[in-house]
Amino acid sequence: MSDYNFAYLDEATKRMIRRAILKAVAVPGYQVPFASREMPMPYGWGTGGVQLTAACLTPEDRLKVIDQGADDTTNAVSIRKFFQRTAGVAVTERTREATIIQTRHRIPEAPLTEGQILVYQVPIPEPLRFLEPRETETRRMHALAEYGLMHVKLYEDIARNGEIATAYAYPVKVQGRYVMDPSPIPKFDNPKLSDCAALQLFGAGREQRIYALPPHTQVVSLDFDDHPFVAAKAPHACDLCGDAASYLDEVITDDAGGRMFVCSDTDHCATHRATGHAGRLGGTEGAAA
Amino acid sequence: MTGAHPLLSVRDLTKSYGTRRGCADVAFDLWPGEVMGIVGESGSGKSTLLGCLAGHIPPDTGRVVFDTRAEGPRDVLAMAEPERRMLARTDWAFVHQNPRDGLRMGVSAGGNVGERLMAVGARHYGQIRAQAVDWLGRVEIAADRIDDKPRQFSGGMQQRLQIARNLVTGPRLVFMDEPTGGLDVSVQARLLDLLRGLVRQMGLSAVIVTHDLAVVRLLADRLMVMKDGLVVEQGLTDQVLDDPQHPYTQLLVSSVLQA
Ligand SMILES: Nc1ncnc2c1ncn2[C@@H]1O[C@H](COP(=O)(O)OP(=O)(O)OP(=O)(O)O)[C@@H](O)[C@H]1O
Ligand SMILES: [Mg+2]
Repeated sequence: MSDYNFAYLDEATKRMIRRAILKAVAVPGYQVPFASREMPMPYGWGTGGVQLTAACLTPEDRLKVIDQGADDTTNAVSIRKFFQRTAGVAVTERTREATIIQTRHRIPEAPLTEGQILVYQVPIPEPLRFLEPRETETRRMHALAEYGLMHVKLYEDIARNGEIATAYAYPVKVQGRYVMDPSPIPKFDNPKLSDCAALQLFGAGREQRIYALPPHTQVVSLDFDDHPFVAAKAPHACDLCGDAASYLDEVITDDAGGRMFVCSDTDHCATHRATGHAGRLGGTEGAAA
Repeated sequence: MTGAHPLLSVRDLTKSYGTRRGCADVAFDLWPGEVMGIVGESGSGKSTLLGCLAGHIPPDTGRVVFDTRAEGPRDVLAMAEPERRMLARTDWAFVHQNPRDGLRMGVSAGGNVGERLMAVGARHYGQIRAQAVDWLGRVEIAADRIDDKPRQFSGGMQQRLQIARNLVTGPRLVFMDEPTGGLDVSVQARLLDLLRGLVRQMGLSAVIVTHDLAVVRLLADRLMVMKDGLVVEQGLTDQVLDDPQHPYTQLLVSSVLQA
């Protein structure tokens, strides 16, 4: 560990990132440019999130890293190991015990609390990019709060699909001001963005942007009066823990079309089973875990 | 408010590109319901002037006073940018020569027409779509093309779509830069007819830049002739065309007659 500065980045870089974070917290939903550093992992693997985490970590922190809700996927494991090695911090898989949670594409099911920081990995921070490729123009639109184009995107969705088919990275308006891309979380998670007790930080490494939702920020998903936002999920209960309210992944189990639905949040599923709950297939083996 | 003042009152408008003159010392009044044509050879400063009027190009000097609905005459150039842009998507319209500059090519026809409605706060999908259908009809585009992208349209259709997209919010002043340029003669004629009908029905005021004196005769009540960035002659269209005073206008009119 002593071969590295604490949490890999040098102190000047961390200060630079913290200044960007402070600005982002002061202007919720606004994309703050920052001088993203080369990290020892490729873009698309969470370099933005990793830099935020590095800038926030203290030796007392307990870090949790998830990818699509799971602690045990390659991406999550390698980022967790990275900080164990470069910062020597404690790690955990339990949402409740973590002080910093770095995530890709999910918000944990367990309500977050004051004092926790949720760090998102963001591929494309600009929600207007899809319809307006010019950065000069999108910046002006944000500055003037000209967001008609965002609804054009939703209009196109309904015209094509009969409903708002956007299921991930569903655009939101922050505190009545900035329109923000919540990163590719399922829209099921959108309501959890709002009035969250934890500090939420978003980092895009390749695009060099940081934005933030301070605790208890109001976040509203965009929609139409006659096509209101719905936080959809698969209409099933988890086959392992039986929870009907958590977000599910569909898993194909054999070549004959067999499938099961399981919680995408692995910690939530394990915790639920540990308290005696069981799903269609989960029962005893889960309760023992 | 309306009627007491010109809708648009322009004074001392000058724009240079370095040492090159774009347009200089332009002044005119446009009254409600009036259509003004601007003619002149290539490079005479027509687009520069139109851009300055519409707020796309900041002029070096001058005043552009618009009779706003809420507050009466206001200098557009002195407005804060958000206010000017709001004006540009509500009370004003701008029809570009090239539909590519005025349309979102990746968005359906309905989305193109609906954008301005959504930009001013429309949040009911069904109503936005109904208005889009209505406007497509008014510019003679079949309702079943509403979900097609503009690139699936002919040039004339694209131009009509651009017009619908601009007029859907009921603007009072329309700027057009060569709206029929690049179209076949027969397509041009149809578009002109359509424009003339819409201008009359909606009581629109318009400033139309064109090379084409036939367009001017058909649409414009008044005419301004530009050369080298200066206005060399202006007046009632028929007067200017039938009895041109300035040698350049005389040349322009006679050359068209010969052509
Ligand atoms: N962006 C620019 N930079 C420098 N010079 C320019 C620019 N735009 C226009 N000009 C010059 O200003 C003058 C007026 O140009 P403008 O485009 O207004 O003419 P126009 O009457 O619209 O011509 P056309 O009929 O060909 O469209 C020309 O001499 C032109 O070269
Ligand atoms: Mg021009």
